[in-house]
Amino acid sequence: MLIKQISVFLENRAGRLFEIAELLGNENINIRALSLADASDFGVIRLIVDKPEKAAERLKKEGFSVGLTSVVAVEVPDNPGGLASVLKVMTDAGINVEYMYAFVEKTSDNAIVIFRLENMEKTVELLLGKGLKILQEKEVLSL
Amino acid sequence: MWNIKCENMEHLELKNLQSERLSNLIEKLYRKVAFYRKKMDDAKVSPSDIKDISDIRKLPFTSKQEVLDLYPYGLLCADMKDVVEIHMSSGTTGRPVVGAYTANDIELWGEAMARTLSMGGVNSEDIVQNAYGYGLFTGGMGAHYGAGKIGATVIPISGGNTKRQLTVMKDFKSTVLTCTPSYSLYLAETAAEHGFKMKDMALKAGFFGAEPWSENMRREIQERLHVKAYDIYGLTEIIGPGVASECEAQDGLHIQEDLFYPEIIDPVTGEVLLDGEKGELVITTLTREGTPIIRYRTRDITYFLTGKCSCERTLRRIHRLLGRNDDMLIIRGVNIFPSQIEHVLFNIEGVEPHYQLLVDRKAQLDYLEVQVEVNESIFSDEIRKLEGLEKDIEKELYSALGIHTKVKLVEPKSIARSEGKAKRIIDKRSI
Repeated sequence: MLIKQISVFLENRAGRLFEIAELLGNENINIRALSLADASDFGVIRLIVDKPEKAAERLKKEGFSVGLTSVVAVEVPDNPGGLASVLKVMTDAGINVEYMYAFVEKTSDNAIVIFRLENMEKTVELLLGKGLKILQEKEVLSL
Repeated sequence: MWNIKCENMEHLELKNLQSERLSNLIEKLYRKVAFYRKKMDDAKVSPSDIKDISDIRKLPFTSKQEVLDLYPYGLLCADMKDVVEIHMSSGTTGRPVVGAYTANDIELWGEAMARTLSMGGVNSEDIVQNAYGYGLFTGGMGAHYGAGKIGATVIPISGGNTKRQLTVMKDFKSTVLTCTPSYSLYLAETAAEHGFKMKDMALKAGFFGAEPWSENMRREIQERLHVKAYDIYGLTEIIGPGVASECEAQDGLHIQEDLFYPEIIDPVTGEVLLDGEKGELVITTLTREGTPIIRYRTRDITYFLTGKCSCERTLRRIHRLLGRNDDMLIIRGVNIFPSQIEHVLFNIEGVEPHYQLLVDRKAQLDYLEVQVEVNESIFSDEIRKLEGLEKDIEKELYSALGIHTKVKLVEPKSIARSEGKAKRIIDKRSI
């Protein structure tokens, strides 16, 4: 149920993001989703890619600090109020969102939202019980 | 204890001995060394003014630059026929520092190093693998003379040829290693690469000096080499290794003050400081004959530890060197040494000691930025946690330094590594 996200520490320096994108491109690694979080003088890029282990290994080799984190991909109806309906489930269950980011599926009526939540494993069970559609890793990667 | 009489001397007896030795030294230097005669004349001090060790404060300091300017024989106090050996520093900064030794000086050196090695438990049963370089450098011969005096077996292998070092260490069952601290770690790394098991070696102690190292490095050396690691201190200007060293308590370095008289001074004003106050170490060689030196400013920063050592030696102790005078930063009037920052970082879980200091002036105020590399163990994908880490380090630095700093996380390996002296400080202030 959980999918692997890689995250990379970045100094706020010109061209760093490009270097990562280029590196992954050269390795034929496809980026499915990403988000960039930034503080005043550094940032963290979070990526869902089709070959997370390989991406992590290559980036480490280039000297980046890389983390692998488990996240969950939730299908959200791509219409007004869609996200709210999902968040309501979490709010009612008292689940805290550490961070989230969304991407829109090309071929369906749904959007995908990546969530990092407290106590991932337990929370996922709970969300499944509430009828939310949680995507498997291979579903996400084949999008 | 190698020399219980000297290492365990009563305060008054020591003071009398130092006084007598100092006044003899000054009388001789005034007569025989033009440089010191002129210096004392300029300072309007005559040998008859120096009767007690406390009179030492009347004497002028000797600086590193003066020593360099006196190359090659300007500091010589003995007749050439009595000089039996000459050593020199590497002279990376230009001319080398020269030390000339009479037969008595060599005796004295052996004595000081015998005390040093005995402090770490070396006796005549031991096999000392001396991996300090033999030659002009004082490390090799100094350790050699000391081990010889004790009656230990010396393997004068000198530096380098690391694989052979390990083979010899294993086959001859060396029990003591003498080398630089960084070389000891290099030995451990090479051992791992070539299948030598350090824990199966007979080594029990290592005496490491000639470059600054830290408490953390000690932990690493002790773990990886399975030895007790002792910090030893010395410099060519004084004699070489043997000036001060740690005993089994590993709590400060006992300075051989019956031979080398230590003072701690304020590096700016030259004023002599009290025990516990941090400043520059100044040393006078009380008994040297070849090239004695008065109030030599070592540029090494330390302080006298107070209280009695658990080893019962009465020789005063200095704290492990905190840094060089040259590295000292004055930030908003506070003296800061990079080693203090290093110490704070070492003690934060997961933080690596790779850091760089950026000093600048913002709105007329000094500003110190401490750049810390983010490695895997402190990296988090949550900004909140990374910012929290910055704040935590800032708090620790504040409690250690007493000034506010800005901690900035940087990418791993972004701070230049260097073999010898790392470029730790970028000072952008234009004063």
